[in-house]
Parts: sequence; C-alpha cells; structure tokens
Amino acid sequence: MGSLMALLAIMCIAALIATAPVAIAMSNFPLARPIVYGASLAASLALLIIALTVLTQPSGVPSVAVLPLGLPWLGAHFRLDVLSAFFLAVINLGAAGASLFAFGYGRKEHAPVRVLPFYPAFLAGMSLVVLADDAFTFLVSWEFMSLSSWALVMARHRERDNAYAGYVYLIMASFGTLALLLAFGILAGADGGYAFATIRAAHPSAGLAALVLILALIGAGSKAGLVPLHVWLPLAHPAAPSHVSALMSGVMTKVAVYGFVRIVFDLLGPPEWWWSMVVLALGGTTAVMGLLYALMQRDLKRLLAYSTVENIGIIFIGLGLALAFKGHGMEFAAALALTAGLLHVFNHSIFKSLLFFGVGAVLNATGERDMERLGGLIHRMPQTAFVFLVGCAAISALPPLNGFVSEWLTFQAILLSPQIPSWGLKFLVPAVGALLALSAALAAACFVKAYGVTFLGRPRTPTAERAQEVDQFSLTAMYVFAALCLVAGIMPGFFIDALAPVAQSLVGARMPFQSGIEWLSIVPIAQGRSSYNGLLVFLFIVSSGMIAAFAIHRLASDKLRRGPAWDCGYPDASPVTQYTADSFSQPIRRVFGAVVFAAREQVEIPPPGDLRPARLTAELRDLIWDWLYAPVAGGVMFSADRLNRLQFLTIRQFLSLVFAALVILLLVLAIWP
Amino acid sequence: MAVILDLTVQGAQMLLVLLLAPLLIGFVRKVKARLLRRQGPPLIQPYRDLIRLLRKEVVLAENASWLFRVIPYLIFAATWVACSLVPTFRTGLLFSWSADLIAIIALLGSARFFLALAGLDVGTSFGGIGSSREVMIASLAEPAMLMIVFTLALIAGSTQLSTMAGYMVSPAVGLRVSLGLALIALIMVAIAENARIPVDNPATHLELTMVHEAMVLEYSGRHLALIDLSASLKLLLYISLIACLFAPWGTAAPGAVPQALAIGAAAYIGKLAAGGFLLALFEISIAKMRVFRVPEFLGAALMLGLLATLLLFVSRNL
Repeated sequence: MGSLMALLAIMCIAALIATAPVAIAMSNFPLARPIVYGASLAASLALLIIALTVLTQPSGVPSVAVLPLGLPWLGAHFRLDVLSAFFLAVINLGAAGASLFAFGYGRKEHAPVRVLPFYPAFLAGMSLVVLADDAFTFLVSWEFMSLSSWALVMARHRERDNAYAGYVYLIMASFGTLALLLAFGILAGADGGYAFATIRAAHPSAGLAALVLILALIGAGSKAGLVPLHVWLPLAHPAAPSHVSALMSGVMTKVAVYGFVRIVFDLLGPPEWWWSMVVLALGGTTAVMGLLYALMQRDLKRLLAYSTVENIGIIFIGLGLALAFKGHGMEFAAALALTAGLLHVFNHSIFKSLLFFGVGAVLNATGERDMERLGGLIHRMPQTAFVFLVGCAAISALPPLNGFVSEWLTFQAILLSPQIPSWGLKFLVPAVGALLALSAALAAACFVKAYGVTFLGRPRTPTAERAQEVDQFSLTAMYVFAALCLVAGIMPGFFIDALAPVAQSLVGARMPFQSGIEWLSIVPIAQGRSSYNGLLVFLFIVSSGMIAAFAIHRLASDKLRRGPAWDCGYPDASPVTQYTADSFSQPIRRVFGAVVFAAREQVEIPPPGDLRPARLTAELRDLIWDWLYAPVAGGVMFSADRLNRLQFLTIRQFLSLVFAALVILLLVLAIWP
Repeated sequence: MAVILDLTVQGAQMLLVLLLAPLLIGFVRKVKARLLRRQGPPLIQPYRDLIRLLRKEVVLAENASWLFRVIPYLIFAATWVACSLVPTFRTGLLFSWSADLIAIIALLGSARFFLALAGLDVGTSFGGIGSSREVMIASLAEPAMLMIVFTLALIAGSTQLSTMAGYMVSPAVGLRVSLGLALIALIMVAIAENARIPVDNPATHLELTMVHEAMVLEYSGRHLALIDLSASLKLLLYISLIACLFAPWGTAAPGAVPQALAIGAAAYIGKLAAGGFLLALFEISIAKMRVFRVPEFLGAALMLGLLATLLLFVSRNL
C-alpha cells in the first residue's frame, strides 16, 4: 500500500483547497455555484471511495505520507489508518450529500461570495484533521476547520443574533483548541516529540495522563457539544446556511469525536478504570440535558442542534463503556461498546444531515424556521414531508431504521457491565442506562413535536399555506440519505463488520463476524443471548400492514367520504386553536422543567367583565449559562475594566511597571528548582 | 418437519392473539360491569363493534393527509408483530430471534410515535392534547420499561424473550427481591401503557380527561377498527408478557408433544382470564388520577426498575 492512498487523499483535499480561491475569483459569475459544489461533490466522492477502500482492505497496514510543510524539523505527517478511514468516510458521505443538496439550495443564497469560498475549505479542513499524524498538523487543520466554519456561520452576519452566535463560537472554539494544544504539549513531553508515532511510544505518567484526558474532554468535548460546553452549538449551527448546518451538526461534531478517540484510545496508552466514569457521567448528562433543551425549542434548527448534543451524549456513553471495559481487560465487551458508539457516529451523521436538509427545504419554501408559523406542510411538500418523517423515525430510534440498531447495541453493552469489578462503575452504569433510556423516550417526544407541528395540522400563516415543493437536487440528496437510514437499519451486519478493524486496532478485539449469519441478523455476543433482525422486522411490518389493508378493503369496506373535522362537535375554523410547539411540550416542561430550567408558569386571568385576554407566561432559564458562563463572563468584564487603567499611566509609572516585571521574572528564574 | 411444526405454532400464535384480543377486552368489561352489579355487554360485543366499524365507510376530515390514512395500518402491523413475538402457549417461537424484548418494546414505541402523529394531523385541539399527554406519559413509561427489561435480562443472562421465559421456569431463578420490584414496576407500566384507570380511562367520553381516546377522536370506520384492535392487542401483549415471565407455569417447551401444547393453551387462557379479572378488580377499586399525578406514578415505576437493576449490579443473587 505504501503512501499511495494517503497521497491520493491529500491530492483530493488539495483540490478542495484550490477550489476556494477559484470561488473568490468567479464569485460574480452565475456559474460559480455549480462549479464549486460540483468540485466539492467530486472530491468528496473520491475521498469517500479512498476511505472505503482502506476500510475494507484486508491487510490493514496504514498508509503514511510525509510532506515538507509545517515545522521545518518535523514536516507534515499524514496517516490513513482504519480509524481515520472510517471518519473520513463519515465526513465525505455527509459532504457529498450536502454538496448535492446545495446544488438546488444554494440558488437562494443572497451573498454567494460569503459561502462559496469557505465551503470547500471547510470540507478540506475536516478531512485534514482525520489524516493528520502529528500534533502540529492536527492543530492547524483543527483550527482551519474551526475558522472556515466560523466564516460560514457569519455568512448572514446582518441577521439578528448571528453576529453574537459567531462571537460565542469563536471564543469557545479558541478555548477548545487551547485545551487541545495543552494536551498535545503534555503528550509530546519536554523533548517536543510531536509526531503521533513518538507520542504513541511514550507513555505519560498517571497524573499527566489524567490531565490529558481532562484537556481532551474539554477540547474535543467543546467542539462536539458535551454539556456544559455545548452553549455555542445551538447558536452557531442554526446560523449557518442549512447545508452547512447539516455538515456542522452531522459531521463536524464527529471530527471532534475523532479527536477524542484518537487521543484517548490511541495516543494515551492503556486507560485507568476511573477515566470511564468521567466520560460516562458526562455522556449521560449530555444525552438527557440536550433533549430537554431540544424539547423546549420552537426554532426547528435550534431543536435539531440541541438534538445533536443529545446524540453526542449517546456516542460518549458508548465510548465511556468501551473505556471501562478496556480498563478492566474485557476486550470483547469493549469492542461491542466501541462499535456501538462508532455506529452511532455513522447513523447520526446520516439522519441529522437528512433532517437539516429537510429544514433547509422548509426554509427555502417558506422562509420560516419557527414551528409556530408553519404547519400543514405535508399537503404542500409531500416528498419533503416523507423523507423528513423517515429522518424523525430514525433519530427516535424506531425499528427497523438505523438509529435503533446503535442504541440497541449500546444497551447490550450496558448489560455486559455487571462483570466489571469496580464499585463506582457498578453504581454509575445502571444510572447511565436509565438516562439513556430516558433520552430515547424523550427523543421520540421531541420529534413527534417537530414533525407534527411543522408538517401536520393546518397552516398557521399564509406563507406556510403557499409553500412549494423544493427542487430535484435537494430531494435527491434527501432521498439518498433516507434510503441509507433504512439500509443501515435492515442490514446492520455489514456496517458492524466494516467497523471491526477499527475496534481491533483500538481495543485489541472485534465483534464476531455478522455477515455470515443467516437472514442478516446481528448477534453481538451469542445466539441465545440476544439477536436482532431489522430485515425480518421490516418485512413482517410491511407484510402484515399490506395483508390487513388488502383484507379489509376486499372483505369489508373501502368507501371513504370527506367531511369537516369532528373535534367533539366544536370544530374551530381558525388555525390558532391548534396545539402549538409550546403547548405540546407543556406537560414535559411541567414534569422536568422545575428542576432543569427553574421553569415558572404564571396565569393572568382578568376579572369578569374585563375584555382583555387571559395570559399564560412561562419563564425558562438556562441554568448552565447562569451558573457557569455568566459568572465567567462577568469576571472577565470586571478584570478588563480594572486592567483598562493600565493604559492611562504616566511614563514614569510604566517604566517602574516594566522594571518590576523584569525583577519578578528574574526572581522566578532564580528560585525555580 | 420440525420447521413446519414451528411455522404452524408461530402462525397459530399470530391468529390466536388476533382472535383472543377482543375477547379479553369483552371479558374485562363484563367483569367490571358484574362487579358493579350491572349486567354489562355480552362477551362478544367487541367483535360485533369491530365488524360494524369495518363495514362502515370512513368519514375523513377534510384536512387529513395521506399519513393519517396510513397510520392505522402501521400501528396495527407494529403491534401485531410485537404481539406475535411474545410467547403465549409455547416458548421458543420460530421468529423469536428476530426481535428481542428491547426490540418488542421499541416496536410498541413506534406504534405510539405514529399514533401521536395522527393526533396532530387534523389540527384540532383535542388531538393535540391527547398527543402531548401521551408523549409525556411515554417519556416516563418507556425508560421504566427498559429498566425492567434490564433487570430481567441480567437475571436470565439474555434479552431474548424465549430464553428469558425458559429461564423463568427453571429452578435456577429462585425468589429474588429484584424480581418482585420488577413485577410491581411492570404492572404499573402496563396500566399506563394500556391507558387503563388510574392513568387514563378507556371508557370516558369526557374530553378533557382522555389521553388515548383524544388522539383517535377523528378516526372512524375501518381505521378506528384497526386502532381499537391494536389497543386490545397491546393489552393482550402486556398480560402475556407478565404471564410468560412471572407465571410461566404450564407453558409448553420447544419441541413439546401436542398434549403439552394443549395444556399450554389451556394454561394461557386461564392466565389471561386471571389477568383480566385482576385488572377489572383493580380498575373498579381505584379512582382516576389527575394527569399531573401520572408522572409521580410512573416515576415510582422508573425508580423501582432502576433499584432492581442496581441490586443486580451489586449482587447477581439479589
């Protein structure tokens, strides 16, 4: 294999980067859009093919390349091993879909010059991160990805709140990169061995390794959206154009997961058992909190962004379990948990992209993303409604679609964990299981709301009433991803087998072969223990539904009459009498809101005879923001105010300040052991 | 030969649940009426209702979409498939390996997902109230159910329902605290999932108190028949589930002789009757609770399930 595959991948990425200046040069021509998106589509497909080739080739020898870039004594190392290949495939599958979607969606872009140059650069940045094989290249690519996505978030900088979203994103991204920089600094040690191969060979001491774990959790977690570092995500993801939102939510968060997996599973050496407790606790909290936030939203894109936070939580639960098993030397269980987490990485990238495409289609058709101003779109946009329904069912983990498979595997991994000897985990893992189960049920509630309020019912505004079905390119992209949801759901065995080399390389074991099992069943541990067959479940549901329909229409009655809605005899013609997004989530807000959001409801009923309408005011607070971010922001403002006085000193005071600083530094150097 | 026998048993089970489900509803109604010293409708009244509904034309709201018309078939299919995978008179069903207990719960979850969507489709306020309360109840009932599944799976060492049922008959089970907790939680979840008193009232026609009935308010004719049939299948499923896990006596083993199958069938009918009777007795002796007391009720079920799982993590013998 040698360096061929890595070089080919780098050439594709170079082509993507080269597209960016071309886009700037051509931005005034109408042809720029198809050229940029066409080039992005071609490059992503090429990268996808390269990644799949590496992932499925039996030899499994990583393909390595060193280019004379970057630090002169180091060069830029690239490596395409199975882990990189898997994430490269996830990235470029999403990128190909987004590029196809953008063929149609991008037509409505007001200022294409603010999107077109950064789009291929963003794709290139994400692919470079997973190829990087030294700390310098990794961090530069990471920052390149962050900044190009920041530029895309700021594409519509004149819209309300977008500038603020970009500001928060920039701060959190810099903070995350700083944490990663420190993590790599510790890993490289005093000698500065920045190549991953050197880092892999050196094992840091237990204390330093723990520090690296925390820094990796902060750095990668802030990019992925782990609670409480998620605050930028629901601001920034919705602000970008929809195909970029799909990439940021569906794909960029996965690059962050890659960063975490690469550092913790690969570079850091054998794990301590307690690492997994941190990861599991964070994952469980993230899963439930993300969904509770999502349920309270009425902006469709924000709802999807919060649901991304939830899914990241599920992925980290899988990774945490894998760490726990690996730390206790249970390789097979670790392989199962890791496969579950990585399969959810793939699945989430598929259905979250699909859902963002759907919202993009709605946005193009109506100009609205506030659910309270939509409704009844299933009549005007039947195809978008259908594919969006598939996405909603998949993300709600309903069988036989793909979301269920990865959650099922995670549950199977949890059921293996009583064998773990340590007591902390014995208490934590069942609680995490309960949180995972809670988030699965809440996800269904959340997406019933998202779909029901947006697509079902009656249109709430004239714009929703006049919506038009979207173009063919967007529909094709959505249909492809909906089909992938079904395929990955009914033949999960192939996807699990494709992940086997990744598990083998990271935890030293793999799940049993699934492709040989009859009827495409999956059997994670043993036949008598648990098995699931999506294909049969799908066929059973389809055939029994068809049999029922056929028998009833033949033997009983197939007559149908349209009439006014019954509504217990009191139908109201006005669409405002329908349930809204807020009223739909009111019961759940009442159950969980008092604790999680310090929610308060106030009812104002005017006295009899007064004609003012009654009012219900619900007040929700973001406690994480109030308790964690507001004090930090306040502290920064306060000290900035104080430090401001330094700028108005006399020259004498300045000189004495400089002198004092010099003396203190020299003293430190003298005293330092 | 064995495959043909297995196939026959599986087919027989699918037909049996379909035929018995309305009878179970009729039986519960009859017992409730007699306990209240009323005459009550005849046992076969649910069949008559279904046939009458099937023959009637569907009156569809003007605003109803294609999804509204597909959903009854989807719900019926998902519930029927789930129901035919729960052992009734014989364990080791032919297709039991295609979906374990987690998948069966998820299938019921799919049915509920689509039913809640149907409640929102026409765009009436009653449909919305039903859907939003249903998802609130489900968001607590489903995790409670999964915790129960965890408990049972940890005891039996399998999530496969047939293996679990087989293990429950064996003497290895013994008396366990966790099983008791799981049973109580399972009964609570079953009551909530089937929209029975005290969580919901299947007989109510007072709009503001309904959950399930409010969602299906706009359905008529064959669609309503399918949804009613699915609801009764779900009740049958939960009673069968409790019976095969907590009262597995008499159930025929795989490869049993015809006499054993007959005993199994008789035992199953007896268990259904006992379950139906207890349900009716429970329902007439308790009042419906306010809708915002339901989270406390289900929260208790969730905590019981979690406690049972935790006990098993601490020691395999509890």
